[in-house]
Formats: sequence, structure tokens, C-alpha cells
Amino acid sequence: MHDDLNWAIGGEAGDGIASTGKIFAQALSRAGRHVFTSKDFASRIRGGYTAYKVRTSVDEVQSVVDRLDVLIALTERTVDENIDELHDESVIIYDGDRTEFSDFEAPDDTVGLDVPLKSLAEDAGGAIMRNIVALGAVCAVTEFPIENLDESLEKRFGDKGESIVENNKEAARLGFEYVEDEYDDVSTPYELETTDSDYVLLNGDEAIGMGAIAGGCRFYSGYPITPATDVMEYLTGRIEQFGGHVVQAEDELAAINMALGAARAGARAMTATSGPGIDLMSETFGLVATSETPLVITNVMRSGPSTGMPTKQEQGDLNMMLYGGHGEVPRFVLAPTSVAECFHKTVEAFNLAEKYQVPVYLTADLSLAVTERTYEPEEFDMDEVEIDRGKLVDEDDISAWQNEKDQFKPHAATADGISPRAVPGTEGGVHMSTGLEHDELGRRTEDTEVRVEQVDKRNRKVETAEEREDFDYREFGDGDADNLVISWGSNEGTIVEALGYLDDVDVRVLSVPYIFPRPDLTADVQSAENVVVVEANATGQFADVVEHDTLERVERINKYDGVDFKADELADEIKQTLEA
Amino acid sequence: MSSENVRFTDFKSDKQPTWCPGCGDFGTMNGMMKALAETGNSPDETFVVAGIGCSGKIGTYMRSYALHGVHGRALPVGTGAKLANPDLEVMVAGGDGDGYSIGVGHFIHAVRRNVDITYVVMDNRIYGLTKGQASPTSRPDFETSTTPEGPKQPPVNPLALAMSAGGSFIAQSFSSDAMRHTEIVQEAIEHDGFSLVNTFSPCVTFNDVDTYDYFRDSLVDLSEEDDYDRHDYDQAKDAILDADKEYMGVLYQDENSTPYHEAHGVTENMAEIPDGAPDGATDLVREFY
Repeated sequence: MHDDLNWAIGGEAGDGIASTGKIFAQALSRAGRHVFTSKDFASRIRGGYTAYKVRTSVDEVQSVVDRLDVLIALTERTVDENIDELHDESVIIYDGDRTEFSDFEAPDDTVGLDVPLKSLAEDAGGAIMRNIVALGAVCAVTEFPIENLDESLEKRFGDKGESIVENNKEAARLGFEYVEDEYDDVSTPYELETTDSDYVLLNGDEAIGMGAIAGGCRFYSGYPITPATDVMEYLTGRIEQFGGHVVQAEDELAAINMALGAARAGARAMTATSGPGIDLMSETFGLVATSETPLVITNVMRSGPSTGMPTKQEQGDLNMMLYGGHGEVPRFVLAPTSVAECFHKTVEAFNLAEKYQVPVYLTADLSLAVTERTYEPEEFDMDEVEIDRGKLVDEDDISAWQNEKDQFKPHAATADGISPRAVPGTEGGVHMSTGLEHDELGRRTEDTEVRVEQVDKRNRKVETAEEREDFDYREFGDGDADNLVISWGSNEGTIVEALGYLDDVDVRVLSVPYIFPRPDLTADVQSAENVVVVEANATGQFADVVEHDTLERVERINKYDGVDFKADELADEIKQTLEA
Repeated sequence: MSSENVRFTDFKSDKQPTWCPGCGDFGTMNGMMKALAETGNSPDETFVVAGIGCSGKIGTYMRSYALHGVHGRALPVGTGAKLANPDLEVMVAGGDGDGYSIGVGHFIHAVRRNVDITYVVMDNRIYGLTKGQASPTSRPDFETSTTPEGPKQPPVNPLALAMSAGGSFIAQSFSSDAMRHTEIVQEAIEHDGFSLVNTFSPCVTFNDVDTYDYFRDSLVDLSEEDDYDRHDYDQAKDAILDADKEYMGVLYQDENSTPYHEAHGVTENMAEIPDGAPDGATDLVREFY
């Protein structure tokens, strides 16, 4: 018996796989179990296959593992796709009326439960509910109280009317009873304990959207792109309740320019996209930075370059965010490392953008964006949200920032590099902004001294931020270990779990959520005997940064096949790298 | 500055334009400033957005809140600003290259969105600041450094593009006819929805075909045509597609169109946000139970 249960439903795209998986994941979460979900939503071989995987435990879970305990296989291919993860005690639920597992090559002792999903669903009111029948069957296999599933069904189908809800509950019950009656001699080791805890279940994209609203974002413009679209879908219909608005722009160039316009007008504004969209936004990014407009640009990274693998994991855009665009302009790059941190860092991104009047890249990788995780609801305490609008000036304090001709100085060369900001409508703050090099008034100049003064002023904001902010890292493992593992983005959860497989090796782990400005790792790196940087790209972009900062060579573990790191695999790799 | 006392000179900055002497853009800009003052706007509440090129310099010479953006993207900036603060008077200026070449996609979508902004295009039918190349509105036989035998393709008809995209206010003016140009821009500002004013703004340095004399002699002022009804879609369509004549005035207006802010209920000034998370934010967390 394992402490955790790994469960999946797989079939063809369009079979309702994701929503079925979500219904069960929510039931587990509400029953006080921790949940970590992952989605396989494109094919490695040919189109169509899709799966939703759930890992659940009474303890916290924060990564995927290579083991499937219970599998609902709506198609034969589902078994083929997951064959490597099945083991002697796996349970496969399938519909023998519709699926023949003639070439069934799962481990010998795998239990196959033939459940007439379709006909039971029809008995309950419609074949469409066959997935729900299967969930009922899972409840029987895992002795999970079916009442918890009922609650999820109410939530999912409540809008569609009482009879739909009742039919679904009936479908689940029929699946449950069928397994109880027909397979009472089958014993499985998967009893799902429930607890009194009540968790919330959400993914990184949703956490970013929620963080945006909490952090005062009122304007969002974006163009649909996988895997960032969920941010826009989350905000649509919700941000309006808080006086905001979402525009689906005609392209990424329009998206960032609309957000720029809204930010100039004083709104906290955001756009979200993925790698190819960042490329398209680059020209305007420079304008945002040099006009010193506060803006949050979310980049949910996927596998590149070009169209790459749109539904696969990668952390390949770090250089683009750090260095992209022509010329030199300061920008901040934040990279949350967990779903909860997606929320907190989004709030922080808006504050940093306004305090320092810079564009802030907020980046999640695909794994972080689409996987759901359970948290205590207190993790998202709205009372703790603070808003800092920086040097936003109004009519009363504007005179301090005017020259002798009462002209406002939006780019005043202050000691901290941060200038006053007046938004249209502010009496006495009239000025123009431009991407041309400009003087303190915002007017075009090619004067050599003014050019240097303005470049220095903009860069000085970074120094100020480093002084005033806490750009720290988080630490795990053995603080005294000679072996140092450094990570950014979604790898954190996997590495923390990997520590459990590294009993005989002492490892200290640093997880860095600030890419720029970032914590100084020099002392940590220099005092360690072995340093390994783990990231989901081929060249080690963050490792390069660490070497640049610390003037020390580091080892690298890179994964760029589009698949998430797995804790046990990663532990092996860390061990091998340290021993090499 | 209260808007009752605003004069058009209040919209003038102390920067001297670097446009060529005689450039049509002087007249175009003066008309915009007069129209803004006439309609009771103040520089403090006006936001002018422009792109790149000679037209892009307008924000430097006018006195208002302004943004000089990147090439072709002025309309999205204006759209974002207007939606974020509907109290602002948002005016977008651009050239024929900015609006009908690099930015033509945004143009179509801005028209169909019908956000309440006024778009003045300084159309000189040539690229001036890059020293004389063909523009999307250049004539097919217009010889330039990059089209020695002419572009050999039909010019863009911006009015037709606007009409096909559901434009609710489509007008054309001539920078040299100061009074009419000002009147037309004024009507555009007053129109509740997206307004296009294509303004012929001759380039005296590089375009010796589409000159002041040409427009003065050829433009037909619709306000002098007794039987022209700007609300008549078919009549407007015929005028816009007329290959033999060019018109000045408001060619089409649909006063009953629904502007974006009305259709989408966007009426709040988004610049004003609470000190912490907004009231009701905790409900967002509850949704994930």
C-alpha cells in the first residue's frame, strides 16, 4: 500500500476527460485530501489521446510520479499510453461492451474491472454520463464515500438543473453498486481516507488571474494562446465584477499596446501570452520600459522555438525575458515556483511595476500553469494583500515636480531613479511620453549628456529595488550540506519530493523565484562543494546566469523532452551528477 | 484648468514643429486643437496617441497628455486608454502608412469595436519621413524611389475599409480648408463611437501629384450637396466607392450605433483602486472549494 493514490482517466479528446477528472479531484479536495493533477493533452504519437491524472494523499503532494494505481480507460489506447506506469496492483476500469483489450499487456496481476459504463449511464438517463459511472466505480474500488462525489456533481451541474444533477448522482451510484455487486471478491489496497480539512483546488493560471484581481488589475488584453489562455478565461466574467474589463485583442501587438494605453491612463493593466506572443510584443516592450510605464506581462512558457510543442513543458524563454528587445532597458522578471506563489507573485508584480515604473515579466511554465494543487484557503488571504502605487502624484503634490514654466517632469532624474507619475486627468501633469530618448519633460533629445543621464536614471531603479526589496530565495533540504541544488519555476515541488529519495546524500536546495533583480548566490555557490542547476531547457539558461553572477562553474541537469521532471528520476540524476 | 476657459492655443506646446514649411500637417493639427477646444475639452483631460513618422510628432507639438507609440499601433493604445478611463477625450493621429499599411489590421478592428475615440489620419499618399517611398494610398502610377514605375496596384480606400467594418462615423477632410476640417473633427469628437477622419495633408517635399492645388480643385464638399444624406448607407457607399470623384465632409454617420462602452458596460475609471484587495475578493477563493 502506498501513502498516495495515483489515478487517471484517459480517452479521446472530446470525451470530457478533463471535466470528469476535475469533478473527482474536487471531491477528493473537499474530502480533506491533498491533490496534485496533471494533464496530458496532446499526443506523443498521433492526435486525439488525452488524459487527466490525479495524485492524492492525506499529506501534501506537489509533483507527479511514474505510477498509476487506478486507471479509467475509455479507449484501448489509454492502456497503451500508460503501460509503463501500471504495476501488479493497478486497477483498470473499462467498458467491455465498447473496448476489447485483446492485446492487453499490462502486468499479469493488474486487475481489470469490466464495467458496462455506457449501458449503466443509459439506465441513469443518458450515455453521456458514462464517465460519471466510472467515477462511481472508482469510489467503490477506493472505498471513497460517494457523498463527496455528489457534492462535486452538484457544483458541476447545478446550473443545468436539478434533474441533471440527480441523473449524474444516479449514474455514479450505478457504477458504485455494479462494482460492489460484481466484484465483491476483488480486494484492492486503495482505501482513501478522508479528513476534516477543506482545501481549495486551483492551477497556476487561475492563481495568476485571481492574484491579478486581488492586486488591483482592472484591464486585461490578450490574444488566445496555449497555455496562457486560461488566465484570460479566468478573468473574463470575473474582473467585470470588480469594475474591470477584458479585451480579446486582434493579435499580441494589439494586446500589449492596449494594456500600455490602459496603464498610461492609470489602470493596473496586464497582458498574458506564451513565447511566440512575447516575440511579437518585443518592440512595444521597449516602449513600455523606456516610457517608464508600469505593466505586467505574463509569459506562460511552453516548448519552443517557433511553434515548438505548444502543449508541452519547457523553461526556455528566460533569456528572451532577460535580454529580449533591442537596446538596453530595465525590466523585472518574476518566476513563481508553486501554484500559490503564482497568486502572491502576481500581486507583487503589480506593486513592483508601479513602484519602479517598469514592465514586469511574470512567468510560469506550462506545468505550473495547468496543474492543479490543493491548499488551505488561508493561503490566499485577501486581507494580507497590499497595494503600493509608488510615486503616483495628484493635483496637490504636482507642483513639486514642475519646472519654472509649470511643465511636469515625468522623467525627473531623481536620486533613486524613480520619477513622479501623473496620469491623464491630473491637473498640471500634462506631458507626452515617447520611445525616443527624451529629457526630463519627456521630449525627444539626442543630447549626449541627457541621454546618459536618462539611461543611468532608468538603470538606477534596479539598484534602488535591490536596496528596498527582498529578492530572496527559498531553501529546502539540509542547510549544512556541501551539495547545492538550484532551481527556478515549477521544478521546486519535484525537487522537494526528490529529497525523499536522496536519503544517503545530503543536499541543500535553493528555489529562486526572482530572476531579475535576483538574490546574490555567490556565497552559497562558493561555499558549496558541488552545485547543480536543474531546469527544463536544453542549454541551462539559469545556470548561465548563476555562473555569470558567481564566477563559478556549475553542473547542469536539463530536461527538454516536453515532459515534467519526475521526483524519483530527478533524484537519480542528482545522485549521478554529484558522483560524477 | 476648467474647460470653459480653454482656448485652442492652450493645446499648443512651446516646441516648434520640425515639419517642412508648408506641410499639410500644420493645418491638420491646428484643426484638431481648435476642435478639442470648441468641444470643451481641456489638455488635462485629453490623451493624444500617435505612431511613427511625420504624423507621429504631433504629440510633441500639442499640449495634452500624449503618447508617441511604435509604428502602426496607436489605435490599440488609444483603445486601452479610453476603456481604462472613459472620461478622457482620446484622439489618435497617424499617417497613411501608420494607419493603412503596418496598422491596417488594428484599423479594421478598432472600427468594428466602435470604441469612442477620434482617429485623424494625415493622408499625404507618400512616406515622407523616410524620404519619399510609395504608401498604401499612393496612386498606381506614382513614381517613387522604391516604385520607379509606380506601385502598379490599387491604393487602399480607407473609407471603404471603414464602411465594410461597420464604421459608424466616416469622414474626409482637407487640412488646408481650416474651417471645414475643424468642423469635421469637431463632429467626430462629438460622435459617440469610433470616428474616422481621413485628412488630406499634402507633402510639399515628396508628393508633386497630390498637391494643395489638386485637392482644392478636385474635392467635392458634401455639405454643399443638397441631396446628400450622411445617414443613408447606400448613398454613402456610392460616394465612398466612386472612382471618379473624391469627397470632403462626413460621408457616413450612424448615430444609433452602440459604442463599445455601452455594449460592454465599461464606464468606470479604472485608475481608482482600493488600498487592498477589492471587496468580495474572498469569494474568488471560495470558488475553488
